[in-house]
Amino acid sequence: MLRYFTKRLIFLIPVLLGVSIVIFAIVHLAPGDPAEVMLGPSATQEDIGKLREQLGLTKPLYVQYWIFLTNALKGDLGRSIKSNAPVLEEILERFPATLTLASLGMLFAITVGLPLGVLAALKQNTWVDALCSFFALVGFSIPNFWVGLMLMLLLSITIPILPSSGFDSWKNLIMPTIVLGIQTMAVIARMTRSSMLEVIRQDYVRTARAKGISDRLVLTRHILTNVMIPVVTIAGIYFGHSLGGVVITETIFSIPGLGRLIVDAIRAQDYPVVQGGVLFFALCVGIVNLLVDLLYAVLDPRIKAQYRSAK
Amino acid sequence: MKDTLLEIKDLNVIYKTYEGTVAAVNGVDFALDRGKTLGLVGESGAGKTTTALSIMGLVPSPPGIIQRGRVTFAGQDLLTLPEKDMKKIRGNRISMIFQDPMTSLNPVLSVGLQISEALVAHQNLSEAEAERKAAEMLEKVQIPGARYREYPHEFSGGMRQRVVIAMALACNPRLIIADEPTTALDVTIQAQVLELMRSLKEEFATAMIMITHDLGVVGEVCDDVAVMYAGRIVEMGSLDQIFGNAMHPYTLGLFRCIPDIEEESSTIHPIEGLMPEPLDLPKGCPFHPRCPQCMEVCRQVVPEACEDNGHRVLCHLFGGGERRA
Repeated sequence: MLRYFTKRLIFLIPVLLGVSIVIFAIVHLAPGDPAEVMLGPSATQEDIGKLREQLGLTKPLYVQYWIFLTNALKGDLGRSIKSNAPVLEEILERFPATLTLASLGMLFAITVGLPLGVLAALKQNTWVDALCSFFALVGFSIPNFWVGLMLMLLLSITIPILPSSGFDSWKNLIMPTIVLGIQTMAVIARMTRSSMLEVIRQDYVRTARAKGISDRLVLTRHILTNVMIPVVTIAGIYFGHSLGGVVITETIFSIPGLGRLIVDAIRAQDYPVVQGGVLFFALCVGIVNLLVDLLYAVLDPRIKAQYRSAK
Repeated sequence: MKDTLLEIKDLNVIYKTYEGTVAAVNGVDFALDRGKTLGLVGESGAGKTTTALSIMGLVPSPPGIIQRGRVTFAGQDLLTLPEKDMKKIRGNRISMIFQDPMTSLNPVLSVGLQISEALVAHQNLSEAEAERKAAEMLEKVQIPGARYREYPHEFSGGMRQRVVIAMALACNPRLIIADEPTTALDVTIQAQVLELMRSLKEEFATAMIMITHDLGVVGEVCDDVAVMYAGRIVEMGSLDQIFGNAMHPYTLGLFRCIPDIEEESSTIHPIEGLMPEPLDLPKGCPFHPRCPQCMEVCRQVVPEACEDNGHRVLCHLFGGGERRA
């Protein structure tokens, strides 16, 4: 088990390496010159040239990448061009807000999506099922920035009960949580429904019923444990997805998180922050996927057995 | 004195599907005495499993509907019993062994838990007591009690079926319904499991309905035999009556299907044709299109049962107590 975990952890290295190459290439091949941006329109060609030298931008790209990589391995992601603060420090400062938001979004998605899917499956082909499925389809189809704007319009302006921006109290978290979680919620609801419909028809569910145990026990112990396996997969994939959504959500609701840090950095051509931020996101997604894999082992003894035998 | 445990009268079950109404069970009657074993024989789709599920109150609904009939178990009519009371009988006084041990155990729960949960539900045992009893049941089916915490995938097919048997016997039921318990197993394992079931049945003094399409299994373990065809019992009697003096052309056909070990030729003699489409049963006797002794009346009129000394047959060849042909 530990061996498997270690192996998976090592697999993260090439993934991060790949991400670092891609992000480095995109940032450095994009048009625009950070030195020009930093010095403003009044700067002379000479000053710009000097600064480029100072920032190491005159060196060949592969040398620049090598410097970035070796520094990153030491935990040094460079300094922000805008604020001159270490990038890692800025990331870690912003990360708690993003983590809170992403976790709440996932919590919302699971606590609403799972019961919705279960209900739809138990009431298959009734109006309850139709309503749940409609709700899930709508949740999945509407772009989340639009949901954000509409919620804001409704709950901050028409009926002003929630603040539209900031990150000071739990009230600030309600709308961003919904915006961030709604798509994942919809996907989980649909996945739960189809998984339930499959599991309900399994022989072992009939065996469980034949034992005369309560319906509640049949549902929670025999059905849901099996339903959870594909649902966890989807939730894991969408957690990465919703980290992307964080960028939009944080921008809409002016939440000082990692997503907004990156967006602001892109606007300001603050490339060390962009590089560092994206790499950090990639690391988070990798770790979440690893945790999902571990959760499988908890849920499914067959997978646990595979992990044990994996060399 | 008759000591009837289970009596089924005029059971009719249909399945409503998109293609139409399937008449799965059409007026099944039989009775089973305490401690006896009844073999329910027939091809796939003859209504054997539906009959069993009706007794358990587990006919999937929708699409299944029990149209009419009575299932009396130890004096109680199970079909009119509220679900709450039915739960107290299911797994406790009547339990069921399903066909495929590879799919009838929950893959994510330990076998011990799956045995003990019936004990917790019915015998008011604490978790710890149930665990001890479940381990004891495992030992009874020749699996070390120490494997209590293992999962189904860690057992072979034959062992899994023994786990299922332990599960069914855990609450010491009065009746076990075994739905093709050996069909999915290797031949050598079949004999083992059958022997185990027989000895445990003796030990626990349990009555049993053995559903099978294997007449060899019937010969091994049953006291009485009921042959089903297209939702009806076409012939029923004691083991001797059926094996020694089968009357219905379908039963005779089934016996002819068994290859004779002593015969040189390796030809087998199947019954011509297929089971009728259950959506569209033929008029008259449902067996008439395949019957070698079909008469004009068979095409028009559904035969009535006639009985002689407990040997019942549903065929126009036999009526009024004497053979017509």
